[in-house]
Amino acid sequence: MIGAQILIECLKREGVEAIFGYPGGQVLPIFDKLYDADFLKFILVRHEQGAAHAADGYSRATGRVGVCLATSGPGATNLTTGIATAYMDSIPMVAITGQVKTFLIGNDAFQEADVTGVTRPITKHNYLVKDVQDLARIVREAFYIASTGRPGPVLIDIPSDIQMRDAEFIWPEKVDIRGYKPTFFGHPGQVKKAAKIIAQAKKPILYIGGGVITSGASGVLRELAQKLNCPVTMTMMGLGGFPGTHKLSLGMLGMHGTAYANHAIMDADVIIAVGARFDDRVTGRLDAFAPTAKIIHIDIDPASISKNVRVDVPVVGDAKNILGELLEQIKNVPDTSEWLKTIDSWRKKSPLKYKDDGKIKPQYVIEELYALTKGEAIITTEVGQNQMWACQWYKYNHPRTYISSGGLGTMGFGFPAAMGAKVGCPDKSVIDIAGDGSIQMNIQELGTCVANKINVKVVILNNGYLGMVRQWQELFYKKRYSYVNITSPDFVKLAESYGAVGIRVTKKEEVRPALEKALSLDNTVFVDCHIEQEENVYPMVPAGEALNRMIEGLA
Amino acid sequence: MRHTISVLVENKFGVLARIAGLFSARGYNIASLAVSETMDPAISYMTIVVEAEDEKILEQIKKQLNKLIDVISVTDFTKREHVDRELVLVKVSYSGKEKAKLENLLNKYVAKIVQHTSDSAIIEAVGDQHQIRQLLETLAQFGIKELVRTGRLVMA
Repeated sequence: MIGAQILIECLKREGVEAIFGYPGGQVLPIFDKLYDADFLKFILVRHEQGAAHAADGYSRATGRVGVCLATSGPGATNLTTGIATAYMDSIPMVAITGQVKTFLIGNDAFQEADVTGVTRPITKHNYLVKDVQDLARIVREAFYIASTGRPGPVLIDIPSDIQMRDAEFIWPEKVDIRGYKPTFFGHPGQVKKAAKIIAQAKKPILYIGGGVITSGASGVLRELAQKLNCPVTMTMMGLGGFPGTHKLSLGMLGMHGTAYANHAIMDADVIIAVGARFDDRVTGRLDAFAPTAKIIHIDIDPASISKNVRVDVPVVGDAKNILGELLEQIKNVPDTSEWLKTIDSWRKKSPLKYKDDGKIKPQYVIEELYALTKGEAIITTEVGQNQMWACQWYKYNHPRTYISSGGLGTMGFGFPAAMGAKVGCPDKSVIDIAGDGSIQMNIQELGTCVANKINVKVVILNNGYLGMVRQWQELFYKKRYSYVNITSPDFVKLAESYGAVGIRVTKKEEVRPALEKALSLDNTVFVDCHIEQEENVYPMVPAGEALNRMIEGLA
Repeated sequence: MRHTISVLVENKFGVLARIAGLFSARGYNIASLAVSETMDPAISYMTIVVEAEDEKILEQIKKQLNKLIDVISVTDFTKREHVDRELVLVKVSYSGKEKAKLENLLNKYVAKIVQHTSDSAIIEAVGDQHQIRQLLETLAQFGIKELVRTGRLVMA
């Protein structure tokens, strides 16, 4: 069997159902074998970056390993932004790239790039296949490494002569890598210590991140929160890990988090961090963060522990297992009623709010979208104001329903990610909440959506600005708006020219009918909402400030 | 402060680049590096000496080293009792007249002349970091023309 066929056999055994990719000279043997691979759906994108984001979105929506494929050189380098995005957010993904023939490597051959070199710092691991006999083992290891421990992208670079070389196909049943043994169960002593601290807490808070979603810990987390009567705040990556409509939910914390979540974490006496990494967007000024709290940190990655914030009780392992162990250990439940009352007073004093002045407010658009979808859609976002409003104004009740580039903050992520999510979850409504800037970064994927009947909806919050940068220039650079005006094409005509549907919304009363129509159509739809141009995202913690020094915006 | 870290790794291409990358990405220079096969040819042993002001960053580097798939184990010798050795070859200016003086001097060290010409001698020396430093300071009077060193090896 030739290498290309071995690769396809491996993908079949890994249960791969969809690949996002683009052909080219050094992957011709693979594409020849894909021609007969009926078990999977190949989605031909319009740009390799779209393929990487789509594989990522597919993975985030389904929990399975997303797969993308590109040729050598520019094909592979175009994947890199998508790979880095997945890496920063710990998303399991396998990227397969063609490489020039082994004897040409390092020769400046046509479309050659040192792709394992380029992707070394943005992959969990990568491989250059130099012997076809290793291929099956490498593919097996790649899927295993990508999906276990703290997940992440793995790249396999396959020279085209390896793809054509013959070898016996031997599927390794087991994976055994001596340098890679992720920890699954928490140390019992540490769990006991954590349980003891929690039992004595008066003002506990659960601070949860993407790890809760990755490990499938939402159910047990909810049990724990309810048993302890403990408020829960989420990082952006943790949205959906705990129901946003639950009375114990404080919504998102951090730079654009709710005021009450930020006050609560600053005032807490015990912080139970689960699958979160104390990112600078979450903690604000580090030396002022949660000064009186004891911190319990549950994370599968030992390198995340005490990286930014000193931790009192680290527990390394899988969040679902550890929360289960904690739930069993905790016998005495703290009385949190006073604490919840305090939080409620913050909630009443500083709710999320915006001024309804008859213009189209982005917050209103998202509220309407939430109402129409009953909170059951999968929402993806781009990056910037659109992303923050989507965090604040849509309530996520299920894991894997909020999909956004958290760590890397990649503009142009949301649309191809929505495409991937829709391929993985064809029965769900998938909506990209976009800005007029971000959507133009991967707008070419309209072609992919229409050609493959991947019906995603894109709600463009069009304010004519790169809004988040403009907001910073307004607040911190004396309104010197430096290159943040951005022009757009006629999104309606553009959508139509691709065979999709475009709807323009310029009045508040048009918002709801437009969204209704978009959701009902069996096509990809762009809803171009001309929103209030200089609306800001509030509350906001200025960079480098303590978390409770928020700019609240409205009086 | 100088830190000495040893890393047991898979003996494969690309592994050194991964490890070096963790240091370079944080702007840390590797002061010395020794790599070779172990008794098991599939495994290599690396000894890395690095200057690190911030212990927290070094701690992070060690954790990241441990996370690399090709890394089997990481040991930090900095705060542990250990033996360290380095081999150096030094070429000094020298004329036959000074032979006795030079040999006398070398007697205090694990060092010997391994080759000489009419105007220079190559000296081989083994020792820990203090001994090597002392030796080099002493040899300076002869004029050091060339110097190569293996990098530090440690064992505990």
